[in-house]
Amino acid sequence: MADLIRYTAAETAKAISSGEVSAVEVAQAHLDRINAVDEKVHAFLHVDTDGALEAARAVDAKRAAGEELGPLAGVPLALKDVFTTKGIPTTAGSKMLEGWRPPYDATLTRRLKEAGVVILGKTNMDEFAMGSSTENSAYGPTGNPWDLSRIPGGSGGGSAAALAAYEAPLAIGTDTGGSIRQPGAVTGTVGVKPTYGSVSRYGLIAFSSSLDQGGPCARTVLDAALLHEAIAGYDPMDSTSINAPVPAVVAAARQADVKGMRVGVVKEFGGEGYQAGVMQRFHESVELLRSLGAEIVEISCPSFTYALPAYYLIAPSECSSNLARFDAMRYGLRVGDNGERSAEDVTALTREAGFGPEVKRRIMLGTYALSSGYYDAYYGSAQKVRTLITRDFDRAFGDVDVLISPTTPTTAFPIGERADDPMAMYLADLCTIPSNLAGNAAMSVPCGLAPEDNLPVGLQIIAPALADDRLYRVGAAVEAALNEKWGHSLLEEAPAL
Amino acid sequence: MSVIDLVPYEEALASYDPVMGLEVHVELGTKTKMFCGCATVPGAEPNTQVCPTCLGLPGSLPVVNAIGVESAIRIGLALNCDIAEWCRFARKNYFYPDMPKNFQTSQYDEPIAFNGYLDVELEDGEVFRVEIERAHMEEDTGKSTHVGGATGRIHGAEYSLLDYNRAGIPLIEIVTKPIVGAGDRAPEVARAYVAELRELIRALGVSEARMDMGQMRCDVNLSLMPKGADKFGTRSETKNVNSLRSVERAARFEIQRHAAVLNEGGTIVQETRHFHEDNGTTTSGRIKEEAEDYRYFPEPDLVPVAPAREWVEQLRGELPELPRLRRQRLQSEWGISAVEMQSALNAGAIDLILATIDAGAPADQARKWWLGELARRANEDGVELAELPITPAQVARVSALVAEGKLTDKLARQVIEGVLAGEGGPDEVVAKRGLAVVSDDSALGDAIDAALAAQPDVADKIRSGKFAAAGALVGAVMKATRGQADAARVKELIFEKLGVTPE
Repeated sequence: MADLIRYTAAETAKAISSGEVSAVEVAQAHLDRINAVDEKVHAFLHVDTDGALEAARAVDAKRAAGEELGPLAGVPLALKDVFTTKGIPTTAGSKMLEGWRPPYDATLTRRLKEAGVVILGKTNMDEFAMGSSTENSAYGPTGNPWDLSRIPGGSGGGSAAALAAYEAPLAIGTDTGGSIRQPGAVTGTVGVKPTYGSVSRYGLIAFSSSLDQGGPCARTVLDAALLHEAIAGYDPMDSTSINAPVPAVVAAARQADVKGMRVGVVKEFGGEGYQAGVMQRFHESVELLRSLGAEIVEISCPSFTYALPAYYLIAPSECSSNLARFDAMRYGLRVGDNGERSAEDVTALTREAGFGPEVKRRIMLGTYALSSGYYDAYYGSAQKVRTLITRDFDRAFGDVDVLISPTTPTTAFPIGERADDPMAMYLADLCTIPSNLAGNAAMSVPCGLAPEDNLPVGLQIIAPALADDRLYRVGAAVEAALNEKWGHSLLEEAPAL
Repeated sequence: MSVIDLVPYEEALASYDPVMGLEVHVELGTKTKMFCGCATVPGAEPNTQVCPTCLGLPGSLPVVNAIGVESAIRIGLALNCDIAEWCRFARKNYFYPDMPKNFQTSQYDEPIAFNGYLDVELEDGEVFRVEIERAHMEEDTGKSTHVGGATGRIHGAEYSLLDYNRAGIPLIEIVTKPIVGAGDRAPEVARAYVAELRELIRALGVSEARMDMGQMRCDVNLSLMPKGADKFGTRSETKNVNSLRSVERAARFEIQRHAAVLNEGGTIVQETRHFHEDNGTTTSGRIKEEAEDYRYFPEPDLVPVAPAREWVEQLRGELPELPRLRRQRLQSEWGISAVEMQSALNAGAIDLILATIDAGAPADQARKWWLGELARRANEDGVELAELPITPAQVARVSALVAEGKLTDKLARQVIEGVLAGEGGPDEVVAKRGLAVVSDDSALGDAIDAALAAQPDVADKIRSGKFAAAGALVGAVMKATRGQADAARVKELIFEKLGVTPE
């Protein structure tokens, strides 16, 4: 049964519904795998053994009772620790929430449970989703299964590493500036940031409300599509949720055909700062798409140059307000409450101890950017840039069906390399941020190993808002062609743990 | 705290013109909170009407209460405001222990309603127009109870209790433009404005606007400028003034205090002040050393509010008759003076009188009971007229019993006392206390015979034409019937028995 952990989600669901294996066996196999390797990988912050087995038993009971099972029933999943789970610790990677057990499930959590998905536990992440390496977790870094001395990307490094380490076939991430796609790229897995508003944010601990978007992570494009359909859809509890049908992403993943599609190559992404091997694999992907029948067009999006600075004003501004609630009053960490100190002093001491340096940096940046007298110059200008970026996208999508670029300028860097250099760290999200600012849909799909370091490279595909299905058509076509060329999936080249 | 000698009011107004700004917060009476589905029942056990959203738990999100928006628009329309075609909520960022998110979801530069006015009537019937700057939607905070300190404020308290039932209750903040030109009537204008606004809110049915329960709270901003000047002086902000009388007193006190400071060549400190009900003074709260920076920005968790024009016009068409116009109509229907109408308004009696009339009482009787006996009782008990345990239908019944001759005025007052004491409805009280007028002629006959027998000299006087002497006999009969006889009828019967016919 060792193979169970190498099944795709689609295969697992089929095996369970056909009775080939039980959901409990599948869950146990993954729990065993976590026990065996997670000490090294550190993908999980909390493993919910009892909850997972109970959920698996419920699926088996349902099957035994002859009830129909959903397309992901019994499939294990690793949930980023930024979604609330009723009664299960939820920390957002922060000391501030150590030991907090939410009294409610996020809408996404509820949908997963209703789909019969077996939640194995909560995955490591940069504190409050702020970071690109998972080094900002208050609970220690996660290793990249390709090379444990390297970062698995971030902020959702735990989710991506769990997939690459075969600890779970499915995972959930959140993407504010690239936190699903960049970890996907550097771990050789698939990550999708759906259209903003298509996956409910109710129960997603906010970093930057206008940018945050939950999404699926998987080892295959089809698995990501199955998960996408399970979690997306209108939620009246989230005012920014879009009341529109979810695009048929599973059908698109099965179609896996790019013939006749117009694919735009974003001119601004490339050149200085981009690793040669990353660009080499990207250019090969462009040629591959051409050979598969896509028409390739070069597209210029001049405003993208300003995306990074605009993002680092908007996201910190919103976070400075979103994180104000962590005041030691009602939940989470409380430091220095000796019965003598004032509430203000206890709050200050708690924040000093509970927030890590990157979170403090962003709170200060955002507080400053929103200050009276600076608002127009900073937050106001950033919102204008946001509009310009959206217009660049609109113009581009008037001409092409999807845009493509490398997901991230480099492959996984060594843990510690950029820890003291925030600007270098921020550059990891150069190509992913424009989609968050515009609110459209984007995917990272593996496109090979960089020759110089044999580490995974991701191809980013970007589609207009509510056209998420195009990501899956293109992503699945690339995946199929490359798997055929290599004779196996990229992850199979990863070293054994 | 330094003691200052206040400048006499008239003297202050001789040298300065007051400028006021009134900010009124109204708690809407919606069934659920502004941004979540929690109940809003007053007086519930602390922290029983809460959920992840109004507790500000990580991950929770707001959803706008449509009735809250509708109420805001109706208030805006009733205040003659323009209604925004598109507006957003904004986050007002500041820290306070009873504010769960440490920002208040409010509106900043895009209020739902703006540029209106409210005409208010002063005691003598003069109409003063108060211009409205804006009305916007926001949420209330939780409630802190600071225990152990001398002042009831957070500083010096041993501990604080937090109740989040109130957190997220919809509030409408209504802000006036600077009120200039009221002169010595400024405090009266302030009071009349808040009173009129309260009537308006009640007429719209969006809130009971009970100031004593904090459903309506007023901040009085006031400054003085030397007569003839056109540049406003520095203002003080007196917070949470919670009765009509206090609004007037606070404005009056601040005028006298500002004048005292300015006369001595001092400068007014821009600060928050607290009003003290017990002695009518204000004291310094916190000094705003630096302008508070709320770092407003558009609330990213909510989508803009864009009320359709057709809907706004429909709401405008459905507005009830506004209080001042209604009072004008009733005043002419009831045939009373402006001053009488004003006193009915001040007593909160108009709706009660109307309901009593609807229950069958003549207008003058309904007014007489509510503004007389009942107003006195309410005043004694320190409650609102509407809170007295008597219904308009019961008052109408008492009035009917008097009209039918079954009760005298004096007996009617006893019946009302019985109803207020919880002894039942008017008929029940009459029966239980045996208060009905003795109109049974045979029963009266016995008492009259006894009186005639006891005072034969008086009977002789009457027979000889001294009709006024009958008073003594009537008194004896009334005494014998414990006041339950109809004195006029007794007199008639005495004359009948003695065979005389007075002119």
